[in-house]
Amino acid sequence: MSVNEAAGTRPRNEAVPGAEPIIVVDNVSKNFGPLQVLHGVSLEIQRGTMVAIVGRSGSGKSTLLRCINALEEINGGSIKVCGHPVSMSDRASVKRLRSEVGMVFQSYNLFPHLTVLRNITLALTAVQKKSRADADAIAHKVLGLVGLGDKAEAFPEQLSGGQAQRVAIARSLALSPKVLLFDEVTSALDPELTGEVLKVMEDLARDGMTMVLVTHEMAFARRVADIVVFMHQGKVWEAGPPAEIFADPKTPELRQFLSSGL
Amino acid sequence: MLSYSFDFSFLMTTWPAFMRGAWQTILLAGSSIAIGFIVALVCAIIRSGKNKFASGLVGAYVEVIRNTPLLVQIFIVYFGLPSLGLKLSAETAAVIALVINTGAYGSEIIRAGIESIAKGQLEAAECLGLNKFQVYWHIILIPAVERVYPALSSQFVLLMLSSSITSQISAQELTAEANLIQSETFRSFEVYLIVAAIYLALSVLFRVVLWAIGEVAFVRRRKLRT
Ligand SMILES: Nc1ncnc2c1ncn2[C@@H]1O[C@H](COP(=O)(O)OP(=O)(O)O)[C@@H](O)[C@H]1O
Ligand SMILES: [Mg+2]
Repeated sequence: MSVNEAAGTRPRNEAVPGAEPIIVVDNVSKNFGPLQVLHGVSLEIQRGTMVAIVGRSGSGKSTLLRCINALEEINGGSIKVCGHPVSMSDRASVKRLRSEVGMVFQSYNLFPHLTVLRNITLALTAVQKKSRADADAIAHKVLGLVGLGDKAEAFPEQLSGGQAQRVAIARSLALSPKVLLFDEVTSALDPELTGEVLKVMEDLARDGMTMVLVTHEMAFARRVADIVVFMHQGKVWEAGPPAEIFADPKTPELRQFLSSGL
Repeated sequence: MLSYSFDFSFLMTTWPAFMRGAWQTILLAGSSIAIGFIVALVCAIIRSGKNKFASGLVGAYVEVIRNTPLLVQIFIVYFGLPSLGLKLSAETAAVIALVINTGAYGSEIIRAGIESIAKGQLEAAECLGLNKFQVYWHIILIPAVERVYPALSSQFVLLMLSSSITSQISAQELTAEANLIQSETFRSFEVYLIVAAIYLALSVLFRVVLWAIGEVAFVRRRKLRT
């Protein structure tokens, strides 16, 4: 399954010229009542790349991810995922989107009453209509990928935060999404546990998974991401390869963010 | 003053009657619990649902039941419904009244469970592609009932004990049997001591059965027992 066997740091995935981006966010605005949170955000995400969204708390990063995943209705502009427009009001399109996009949250959101195995197989059997045996096989496979093959029968409350988050990633992964969205998935973890989660994400990136992550892990973004997007006041303030963004910030806001955030 | 001498000899002949009463109480309370649970579940779903009118209606029902005596509710069902042309046996009236009563209390318990489910759970399930019904069933209802099951069980045991009050309309159950035995033997103290002991045993029985049902229905309970 490994697309990229290169040892050490992963070579930057390059956009194939002329290829349709897997996610196209075009001039999107979003407000909660009188509060405008996104001001004309535009962003293209290429297949097989990792895009890290950074920025201050409240700059609209989560909202952007949620709009991409049809958890929030946008008020202007358009979003396309895998070539299809995202619209919360169109059931069929939401259903298709759910099969293409996986999302992992800061608070894991594992289902507490189900074992790790059933957390993963629930959607496989209920949504993808797979047999229990097939679903179990897939679950064991993805648990192996995140290094938790021995936790299938555990309940969420028996897991550490790092393990719970890896299960959450496995649960999304089991549905073979084309894109994975991560919203500050290590922010609730003790520092010694973030490494194991980041390691899983790096493995996924190496295998060519398209990923969009909101993160405060600057070192990780710098080392692994293909594109870093700096959001500020509901806008994409600066975006580019990490080398440029980190070494040569163009705007004073980014410069200030980088010097305070690290 | 303390010269009362106990005499339990009447038990020789009346024991079968006590046992019959106990069995009738089991049937009466058991069926009220089973039907009452379904009523409570449906009411909780409606009460926590989006339909304001239906939710308000259920809310009114719950408040009326929780703020009136059970005995009066039983009288209304038993004496009231026949004047509307609905002829009921005392036992049927008892079950209906008990169901109405426990449906109200149970729905509030289950509603608390439903409202305790975090929004993030629903979003996570939605993102996995579960449809509205699947989310409701797998992520809201089952964990909600699991969470409040201990409270629900206590409510059901209470219902079993409260069923003794249906002796007032001469529904056939343990207390009614006891009243009968007492009027024949004149050993009131002994009779009601025995009845109390039987109710105690029934409470234990109901708790054990409800516990066992919980063990089967909710995997986590079984697996995480420490
Ligand atoms: N559901 C909501 N209702 C009202 N305001 C919201 C809601 N979600 C987010 N906001 C507001 O939108 C702004 C951006 O939030 P968010 O996207 O979560 O920022 P970030 O993830 O970058 O910290 C914040 O001011 C926040 O308070
Ligand atoms: Mg956020």
